[in-house]
Amino acid sequence: MNTPPHALTSIRDTLRNPPGGPRRFLWSAGASVCVGDLLSGRSLDGSVTEVAGRSVVVATRDQFAAALALIDLDGTARRVTLCTPDLAPEHLHAVVANARAEVIVSDYEVRSPKSEARRQTSDFTPQTSDRRTEWVLLTSGTTGAPKLLVHSVASLTAPIGGAVGQEADVVWGTFYDMRRYGGLQIFLRALLGRGSFVMSGAGESISDYLVRLAAHRVTHVSGTPSHWRRVLMSPAARAIAPRYIRLSGEIADQGILNALGSFYPQASVGHAFASTETGVGFEVDDGLAGFPASLVGAPGDVQIKIADGSLRIRSARTAVRYLGEEQSSLTDDEGFIDTGDMVERRGDRYYFLGRRSGIINVGGLKVYPEEVEAAINRHEAVRMSRVRAMRSAITGSLVAADVVLANQPGGPLLDVERDIQRICRETLTPHKVPATIRFVPALDLAAAGKLARHA
Amino acid sequence: MSVKATVISQIQQIADHSSTSLPPLTDDLVLLDSGLDSLAIAILVARLEEALGFDPFTQSDDTAYPVTLGDFIRFYEHAAACADVDSRHAS
Repeated sequence: MNTPPHALTSIRDTLRNPPGGPRRFLWSAGASVCVGDLLSGRSLDGSVTEVAGRSVVVATRDQFAAALALIDLDGTARRVTLCTPDLAPEHLHAVVANARAEVIVSDYEVRSPKSEARRQTSDFTPQTSDRRTEWVLLTSGTTGAPKLLVHSVASLTAPIGGAVGQEADVVWGTFYDMRRYGGLQIFLRALLGRGSFVMSGAGESISDYLVRLAAHRVTHVSGTPSHWRRVLMSPAARAIAPRYIRLSGEIADQGILNALGSFYPQASVGHAFASTETGVGFEVDDGLAGFPASLVGAPGDVQIKIADGSLRIRSARTAVRYLGEEQSSLTDDEGFIDTGDMVERRGDRYYFLGRRSGIINVGGLKVYPEEVEAAINRHEAVRMSRVRAMRSAITGSLVAADVVLANQPGGPLLDVERDIQRICRETLTPHKVPATIRFVPALDLAAAGKLARHA
Repeated sequence: MSVKATVISQIQQIADHSSTSLPPLTDDLVLLDSGLDSLAIAILVARLEEALGFDPFTQSDDTAYPVTLGDFIRFYEHAAACADVDSRHAS
């Protein structure tokens, strides 16, 4: 990077003098653009004046459209809220309201929230932007409605200086969507570095994406451990020969690190701790699960401490605050964010145990146990239930349920199980439906009368 | 029931539940092309652990990932044979 992150006001500033020459591209499944041309052709056409100084929500079907819009909006709009690809239409309304959005940028016809946003803009006077756009990223919340987290170009690009992949011939690929923190990091690394970037298409299979990555001679690839397990199960896995493999977003266990190391012997395999709240915490490149205990308390850009068994992070890379109705504070008095990830020290290393709140990570997607329990408890024969994580070598975790029945069911237990599964399938997205249901005589309660959740 | 028959029967049950129509379950069928996504394959592994009593993916840190249905079945047959040897050694 030519410009240090703290001095960077917008992506376009960097692109005015793009490093790495004209042979850099952003490729999508059906489109591509030369990085050098990004400044000359604004994807928003004549609408740029409409977005100047305003709060803009980007809700697109295609991530390529979102990427081009972001480049145009950064440094022009006052606030850009980037909707994740799985955002339910009923939640878009809340996002628009919480972001106090005046404009929605979309590649499809957005129904009711758009008309509301239009009404809000009618007597709006455009403000001059100080060209430091506030970036708002979405992360899933307890009730299914997303939480909005405020970042800046500075916090998002802070991890990039000195990071891997700054060479001129680097071609990045990621199994993440660029509208999630993990994908956005890679997009920014490619754009602000000297490399190119191959984006996955909407609905593109992992095998098809691997073939395209191979065609563009990908050198650096990132994804969750679950993404990588799917890669290793694909016949196209041998098509790519990356120099660098990065895992984040889920616990990287020794099994997947070893499997990648032996399948791609030419690659260095690293795993990163990162979340939308904390940004990139740290990167581990020694091929081992967990992280060295020496990182805790060490001076540097990112400070790490362990308190009450959970990992806490303080850095310039973290989100600034929550936006909207979310009342809880992001940091403690010392500026540390509690990641909620429980760790245990064994020898000179810390290992991740799971989430304190019992949040289950199924292939990179969060599941709040309470939501699944509420669905199960709708069955009339159920007295109470507890939903917990069950280890899976394919998706990291699966949802498992322990169920206490109110009384002896009239029919066979198998019928009750089938009915509970049916209710769950009707009310929950597939990754939240319990993979197994176990009937138990009782469940432990913690002192406050709450269900005891194992960390 | 043989390991292979157990695997096939569990795949069919999962496909029935999710109303997925399966292609013919031949040995060279690529698992990711079978209509089962990775969540369904994860559930399959969990159900097989209940049915067979072991999960070959978590038995060691050195796991190869199966690409075809034939690989997958051989993976389980191999683990079952190892488990059998272990239990005879133990008795």
